[in-house]
Amino acid sequence: MPARAEISRDEVAHLAELARIDLSDAELDHLAPQLSVILESVASITAVAGDDVPPTSHPIPMTNVFRDDVVRPGLTAEEALSGAPAVEEQRFSVPRILGDEQ
Amino acid sequence: MSTTELKTFEEALESFDPAMGLEVHVELSTLTKMFCGCPTEFGAEPNTQVCPTCLGLPGAMPAVNAKAVEAAIRIGLALNCEIAEWCRFARKNYFYPDMPKNFQTSQYDEPIAFEGYMDVTVPVEGGEDEIVRVAIERAHMEEDTGKSLHVGGATGRIHGADHSLVDYNRAGIPLIEIVTKPITGMGEKAPAVARAYVAQLRELIIALGVSDARMDQGSIRADVNLSLAPKGAGGLGTRSETKNVNSLRSVERAVRYEMQRHAALLSSGGSVLQETRHWHEDTGITTSGREKSDAEDYRYFPEPDLVPVAPSREWVEELRATLPENPTVKRARLQAEWGFSDLEMRDTVGAGAFGLVEQTIAAGATPTAARKWWLSELARRANEAGVEITALAVTPAEVAAVQGLVDAGTINDKMARQVFDGLLAGEGTPEEIVASRGLALVSDDGALGAAVDNAIAANPDVAQKIRDGKVAAAGALIGSVMKEMRGQADAGRVRELILEKLA
Ligand SMILES: [Zn+2]
Repeated sequence: MPARAEISRDEVAHLAELARIDLSDAELDHLAPQLSVILESVASITAVAGDDVPPTSHPIPMTNVFRDDVVRPGLTAEEALSGAPAVEEQRFSVPRILGDEQ
Repeated sequence: MSTTELKTFEEALESFDPAMGLEVHVELSTLTKMFCGCPTEFGAEPNTQVCPTCLGLPGAMPAVNAKAVEAAIRIGLALNCEIAEWCRFARKNYFYPDMPKNFQTSQYDEPIAFEGYMDVTVPVEGGEDEIVRVAIERAHMEEDTGKSLHVGGATGRIHGADHSLVDYNRAGIPLIEIVTKPITGMGEKAPAVARAYVAQLRELIIALGVSDARMDQGSIRADVNLSLAPKGAGGLGTRSETKNVNSLRSVERAVRYEMQRHAALLSSGGSVLQETRHWHEDTGITTSGREKSDAEDYRYFPEPDLVPVAPSREWVEELRATLPENPTVKRARLQAEWGFSDLEMRDTVGAGAFGLVEQTIAAGATPTAARKWWLSELARRANEAGVEITALAVTPAEVAAVQGLVDAGTINDKMARQVFDGLLAGEGTPEEIVASRGLALVSDDGALGAAVDNAIAANPDVAQKIRDGKVAAAGALIGSVMKEMRGQADAGRVRELILEKLA
């Protein structure tokens, strides 16, 4: 990602929509500049990284960490559902889904 | 709801060139999920194959299933792809309760396999098979989602539902997504090419032994992208993406339907909306889903909880050595071995029975017998039951055993059909069904001889003709004996007895 420290009000509104967060105009006015400040702070790290520091998605230079295809015990349905706010037919009950299947 | 305007297929072809892109998801038959050790059995009680990782509970860490990576590489190699020297997983972020993590672990711009192709044998009506090379863009690893039941809506669909129930048993099962490059220049063959591609890919997956590839159970699922461009203009029009087309026949129908729908929109000066469409198996139409998100809306980023996958070239070559025979080569080889005509071979493949016939022959049946039972008898029953032929409760070994009983003179073809009834009803082995249903032919020469004597006595004219050397007349007496024996006699033996007695 380029070192861009600006995030527009429209971009924040779009992200809020993707995240299914309903933001009022007043909240957008308030949050957009705050997110810009956060991005600026992160961008300052890019500025100090020299050419000898390549971008990475993992701090340890490792590859091929695999697991054998062997079944391991997981949770019972009771355990799995114990933290759910609502349960029906041994399934997690969730509110009406907005939008469509991905 | 307004009805969708359609042009006829011929009208669509007059004015437009179709372009297709096919995305096939293959659910691997590994014992455990992609990133955790939960089992993957189909049909388990809801939420009994879950753990903190596949439920996305805080602090749970994923661990990659080596067998799934191996399967991905083998699929890539079988599709003539290059295998990445180094690639990563990525998070595909979206908010939908079928993924409890609020993201799906997938691969984005670094797929494990890319730039391949498959030579697809496409049947041409009234002509010779045609080979079409379908270019493969990529094959990448990802995880399946949970299953949602929508409650309160009239149709079980999301719209109108007031809440949904989610089962996460399927969440995290390894998937390989195989994506073609745009398939263009096919014209009227487009629907048949799409079907043949998915059919041959499915055969390949089965031959690799990496998935049971049951379309009816969703272990292989196709999404059909389709667009039209003005005839001869080149380029690609706006596409629609029809999701979860779950039978080979539907792949063909969905391409055809979308071509007709797009043509109607474009001809009337309208435009095609870039959106997903739902396929309706019962009515054979698609309906509008959601507007397609741009890839950037998924805010893909490299998965920080997993290290890169960097398959060594030695490992890749080891896996290449395990690949089964190329299906096109194999089909040609077996066709010659079995002595099938092009048409017989095409019907066998078209019925989805190629592998079944192969296994039936391997179990001891002749090629002709194997083809006869699967294509004439069992294909019809699968059709009646509305299931794929591979889903019938009859195995190739059982078909070979039934034919063995016919060859031994224990039963005839008519009785064999009743044995299949018994097998489908779960009544036991072919031998047990023959016994329990009392199907064995009468081989007792005493009983047969008496029936033959009766037939000769009742038809003196016919008997005299046979005595005079007109052997062909025996047919009338055989019919009469079979009637008396209620079909439970070996017609060949009856003929022998008649000719002996009238010699
Ligand atoms: Zn799990």
